[in-house]
Amino acid sequence: MSLYVDIEKKLGNFHLNVKFKAKDETLALLGASGCGKSMTLKCIAGIEKPDTGKIVLNERTLFDSKEEINLTPQQRNIGFMFQNYALFPNMTVFENIKAGTVREKDKKNRKARTYDAIERFHLSGLENHYPSQLSGGQQQRVALARILVSNPEILLLDEPFSALDSHLRFQLEQEIRNVIRDFGKTVILVSHNRDEIFRMTDSIAIIHNGHVETSGSKEQIFTTPKTPYSAALVGYKNISKIEKIDDTHIYASDWGVTLELPQIPQDMHHVAIKMSDITTELSDNISDFRVIEEVENSFSYTLSLLPDQAGISSPIFWETDKKTWEHIRNESVKLSLPSSKLLPLS
Amino acid sequence: MDWFPLFNSLRIALLSSLITFFIGLLSAYYISKAPRFVKGVLDVIFTLPLVLPPTVVGYLLLRVLGPKRMIGAWFLENFGIKLTMTWWSAIFATTVVIFPLMYRTARGAFESFDETLAYSAQTLGLSNTYIFWKIRMPCCRQGILAGTVLAFARALGEYGATSMIAGYTPGHTATISTTVYQLWRTNNDALAFKWVLVNLAISFVVLLAINMLEKKNQRLTKEG
Repeated sequence: MSLYVDIEKKLGNFHLNVKFKAKDETLALLGASGCGKSMTLKCIAGIEKPDTGKIVLNERTLFDSKEEINLTPQQRNIGFMFQNYALFPNMTVFENIKAGTVREKDKKNRKARTYDAIERFHLSGLENHYPSQLSGGQQQRVALARILVSNPEILLLDEPFSALDSHLRFQLEQEIRNVIRDFGKTVILVSHNRDEIFRMTDSIAIIHNGHVETSGSKEQIFTTPKTPYSAALVGYKNISKIEKIDDTHIYASDWGVTLELPQIPQDMHHVAIKMSDITTELSDNISDFRVIEEVENSFSYTLSLLPDQAGISSPIFWETDKKTWEHIRNESVKLSLPSSKLLPLS
Repeated sequence: MDWFPLFNSLRIALLSSLITFFIGLLSAYYISKAPRFVKGVLDVIFTLPLVLPPTVVGYLLLRVLGPKRMIGAWFLENFGIKLTMTWWSAIFATTVVIFPLMYRTARGAFESFDETLAYSAQTLGLSNTYIFWKIRMPCCRQGILAGTVLAFARALGEYGATSMIAGYTPGHTATISTTVYQLWRTNNDALAFKWVLVNLAISFVVLLAINMLEKKNQRLTKEG
């Protein structure tokens, strides 16, 4: 059971060209907005038609430009949850969910399955309510119920939490995690929130400017991103271009510091370090920095630093706990960028 | 008082609204999905009758439907039917005049429809016909109803194009608006005034209906 996607589509200046596979797992498409994530989902569902390529779901060809196969969305049997849930405003909760049972041939079963879903998603008592009378969380449950009664072979979730307040997000995320676990088939999740993605998925494909830049297990992507773009997406705030000095030294030109590394990969063009990996414990790669801005967070400080050197304007960000900073607070600081924490990037 | 003009006006208005309802809806639906250039051109053509003087519309209609013109001559030759100067000739005139009203309001309603509703319905397996009648139409109901009522009201009051293509024959092609003109012209002021009152009453009811629809619409959007 799997999904295979290899499609191309031109949209004005934008060129979508994605290729990936997914097993019975949760795959996240991660990328900045406008990178082509949602368009990819729409192509899989048959709402948009790729110019060329192939989409195969569980050995069933959904789209193949060479063979001129292009199944309608109705024939594809794909569960698609839209950002705004797309509940039909003119139908009650019951009618909305029942609309999802239309593929069931036996009409008697449709009602029974609708009631099952209502119970399973804790919507009892709301059967005759209209979507506009429901809370965001209830709307999401109706949307999920409606999709799951249609027995889809795959689930596509497009930014499932973007329409919600942050305090609701966590609770609903748990609900979706349960749904995904019970579903047991391929799920593709589109999001730009790395924490959500880390909690909910098995693998990640990073999409940049319409193509898959890297893909792999989530541990791999989060701990050792390969490109500056993926590093930024998984949370690295400090990324600098480098110039190689010798076999063990590089000059990070954006930060204006020279750094020592035990090994410098051939294709290394950037270096990154997490804000919280910069430390006052002076081991190696020690430099002096001027503090140019101090921002207080709820549990920490974020400091913008520039090296004691003229001509460097892009700061390096350092996040430290409140006690440490309140103790040493000064206009200039001596800090270590430990070589063990430096991440080489292409 | 002979009530024929009222009856004739109502049947002309009803029939032409009915025709416009379907043609207007379909053109609005397909044009709202058309590529930009096609949309721009067709939109101008379909809206033209709204800004043209009704006499110009009547003139153009006579140019094609008149007994010696293209379509008119063809019908006369093959079916022995004269397309002008009968009571139903007025339907041609009113349909053309009220078409833009229906078309434009329906198009506005269709364009504000959230297309993701149709997409999600498709992925659930619902047929496109079901989606059109059970989801798209109900969601656009207010706009479409308002357009229909407006078109009907305009059809009732049509004078210029109607008088040119159907003329004024008492008991045969006379409508309220042509009757008022004829009565006034022949100095029958009292009767003309009665018909004016009838017309006012109808217009009043129709406008009241539009306002009620709009209020209901506002309430629905507030709830949403």
